[in-house]
Amino acid sequence: MSETISPPSLWRDGRPVYDRGGTVCVIGAGASGLAAIKNLKEHGFGVDCYERETGVGGAWNWRHDRSPVYASTHLISSKPLTQYPDFPMPDTWPDYPHHSQLLSYLERYADHFDLRSHIWFGTEVVRVEPVEGGRWDVTTRGARGGAERTQRYAAVVVANGHNWWPKTPAYEGQEQFRGEVVHASAYSDPAQLRGRKVLVVGAGNTGCDLAVEAAQQAAKCWHSTRRGYWYTPKYVMGRPADQVNDLTLALRLPLRLRQWLFHRVLRMTVGDLSRFGLPRPDHKVYETHPIVNSQLIYYLGHGRITPVPDVARFTRTGVELTDGSTIDPDLVLLATGYLPRFEFLAPEILNLDADGRPRLHMHTFSRTHPTIAVAGLLQPDSGLFTLVHWQTVAIARWLRLRESDPQRAAAFWNAVASSPDRRWTQAKVKDSTRHWFEVGHTVYLRALQKTLDELEVAA
Amino acid sequence: MAGRTRIMRAREWAYPVPPVRREVLSAQPEADEGRPPVLFVPGFGHGAWAFAEFWLGHTAARGFPAYAMSLRGHGASGSAPHTTLRAYVHDVVQVAAGLPRQAVLVGHGAGALVVAKALARYPARAGVLAAPVLGGFGSFAAALWRNPLGTIPAVFGGPLRLGRRQLFSRELPAETARQYTSRLGRAAPLAQWQLLAHRPAEAPVGAPPVLVVGSPDDRVVSVSTLQRTAARYGGAPLLFPGMGHDLMLDARWREPIDAILDWLEKAFAATERSPLIGYERLDDLLPPVRPADPGAWVA
Ligand SMILES: Cc1cc2nc3c(=O)[nH]c(=O)nc-3n(C[C@H](O)[C@H](O)[C@H](O)COP(=O)(O)OP(=O)(O)OC[C@H]3O[C@@H](n4cnc5c(N)ncnc54)[C@H](O)[C@@H]3O)c2cc1C
Ligand SMILES: NC(=O)c1ccc[n+]([C@@H]2O[C@H](COP(=O)([O-])OP(=O)(O)OC[C@H]3O[C@@H](n4cnc5c(N)ncnc54)[C@H](OP(=O)(O)O)[C@@H]3O)[C@@H](O)[C@H]2O)c1
Repeated sequence: MSETISPPSLWRDGRPVYDRGGTVCVIGAGASGLAAIKNLKEHGFGVDCYERETGVGGAWNWRHDRSPVYASTHLISSKPLTQYPDFPMPDTWPDYPHHSQLLSYLERYADHFDLRSHIWFGTEVVRVEPVEGGRWDVTTRGARGGAERTQRYAAVVVANGHNWWPKTPAYEGQEQFRGEVVHASAYSDPAQLRGRKVLVVGAGNTGCDLAVEAAQQAAKCWHSTRRGYWYTPKYVMGRPADQVNDLTLALRLPLRLRQWLFHRVLRMTVGDLSRFGLPRPDHKVYETHPIVNSQLIYYLGHGRITPVPDVARFTRTGVELTDGSTIDPDLVLLATGYLPRFEFLAPEILNLDADGRPRLHMHTFSRTHPTIAVAGLLQPDSGLFTLVHWQTVAIARWLRLRESDPQRAAAFWNAVASSPDRRWTQAKVKDSTRHWFEVGHTVYLRALQKTLDELEVAA
Repeated sequence: MAGRTRIMRAREWAYPVPPVRREVLSAQPEADEGRPPVLFVPGFGHGAWAFAEFWLGHTAARGFPAYAMSLRGHGASGSAPHTTLRAYVHDVVQVAAGLPRQAVLVGHGAGALVVAKALARYPARAGVLAAPVLGGFGSFAAALWRNPLGTIPAVFGGPLRLGRRQLFSRELPAETARQYTSRLGRAAPLAQWQLLAHRPAEAPVGAPPVLVVGSPDDRVVSVSTLQRTAARYGGAPLLFPGMGHDLMLDARWREPIDAILDWLEKAFAATERSPLIGYERLDDLLPPVRPADPGAWVA
């Protein structure tokens, strides 16, 4: 269905720029990009999406080199708190589906809403530059090389994900270490663990899952954490833990009471973890991103996981810990998390600070450029898809309002441009890069509801 | 129908609807012409069978993939004696989202209420409310007046019964009508009570076109109800005089379904023509695209 296109009339740095009119550009076809395409389409926009990989699904597509999922990845948020609100996961699926099911879910979503015809696969966005009139020049290149090409768009939705660029600590003496040091992002197959002595660093959800995999597969497993945490089981009181938690949210119990209740429940189920040699948490529940893992405690109790403190330095033959003891792993898995990357954008557009942390209104809207927004730059205490659905509806409504009601749009924009940063969690979370985008789903969705109401376009 | 979309759904999160086995019948067109699938949702007491008689096959013959489902507790779907409207809506959205493409939802009778609520949860290509029973005290009073013997037991949790003369015109042979009524089941008592008082359906998501069809001679749903319902969705009802409430089983079943399918054809022709702002493909400009591997749908 190709149509002839008139020759370009715009030029930039001696190269042609093809004008795509009112079309919106979406970067990335993971869960966030797909929701953006669908909701922009639904609001009547033309959409071009660029995806550097050859398929949809982003992080959930284990075929992608940059996918952070490993063989045993299952959801940590149960189905009702994870799915797109207008495209539920099948009733026949378990409470916590496997990552391969998540991929097929996203593929089904793309087919059901006919999104693939909007996606240019194998095409990487290399530059996004603002031009006059609030429009954007987007420069792309084949993911395997090839000539660059520039198109001009009315707006850009960045949905490039924030769980693929490894955050890798550097340790003293690491270069002389004879064993192997790998970031979790490069780990996918438990065969990599078999028969080896493995040290897992970090106790986010990745670190805990990997410690469990190592307990099952490796000859020996140490698990290093630099603080104590609360480990939530997947089921409490006979139901998925997040659903029970949401009951306390629905009842609008005060934070203190919820923390007290949660501590009680954990005490009665998991018990005092210091008896396994784990440090006591240095914070209350809800003050760090939730860790959901029923098996970690189980394997600690079997003696298959040995908890150890933070890594001090590497030696030629092993690792020295902060308590002065040494261990001799031959594989060190750094499950130390991920950092966001926006290489294709000048830092001021997303108001990046020196550490590379973007400062956006509701983690979504640039405060200086009204026609660029970021989708999915959130780390909720629930699943992401529900939030990113409404977030992209808000983006689409915003772009519509700009065309249909400039006066109301101006009022909204004034509020965005001058809005201060605020916290989107009930409890104050620990200061760590891993909490840059932490949001409580009810706090955030209530705010989104307000935004959606403000942006409503009369039919 | 514009209106606010409520995004805080605490009950959905904390108490999801329990799963159940669902009956879905289908009829496929001979050639796939890319038309959207049409999902028929029967009203209280009816099952997928009510559409399987005529409308399902006829819809497929006109080129639309056609599906008919039974709400839980109806037809061959799993039993659910204590269920509510919310679970029926869940059933419809589950089936719709399981279809290969974005679907058209067609609800009949109280099934139209279920569809109206499902339209607020699933962005359908279009919605059709056939002889819609949207409930409320007005329709309860009307039901009491017209059919006291069938309505009073429902007040006490018994089945809501509709008579042959309410469901069908005199054109339908009495024996056929008796066969149909003998197949009627019942909705759960709670769901029946909810017909009286329930939160009105929120605005549909994705702004689908919505059509209301019915009969001025329907002895369950009055013309003024049809007009009011259609007006809420910004239109006027399509009327088929001389037919009973069960448009899909009555003697002249062909007229309403043909009108619905004509309307769908016209609605889609219009959206296909409406130019999406600045949208055209750049096939000749960009490097060839390797198609994504389709991947199997793990059920
Ligand atoms: C191990 C693990 C488990 C997780 N479990 C859960 C869970 O249980 N529940 C949950 O809700 N979330 C979970 N998450 C979070 C997960 O990241 C989100 O669910 C979701 O996948 C994020 O989608 P996204 O589209 O924002 O980003 P991604 O899935 O990362 O997609 C971004 C896409 O953009 C593309 N892209 C990036 N840059 C460019 C560019 N310059 N040009 C073109 N294309 C580009 C990438 O190729 C990718 O396809 C988990 C994350 C990890 C690491
Ligand atoms: N569905 C699933 O099963 C699943 C699985 C994995 C991940 N996820 C999600 O994916 C996201 C990323 O999770 P993640 O576990 O990869 O990363 P993460 O949540 O950022 O956790 C990183 C862990 O490493 C520690 N750490 C970071 N830097 C360190 C350093 N320099 N030295 C020592 N320790 C260090 C952190 O400690 P501090 O707490 O002190 O910062 C933390 O324990 C999260 O949203 C998570 O929920 C989901």
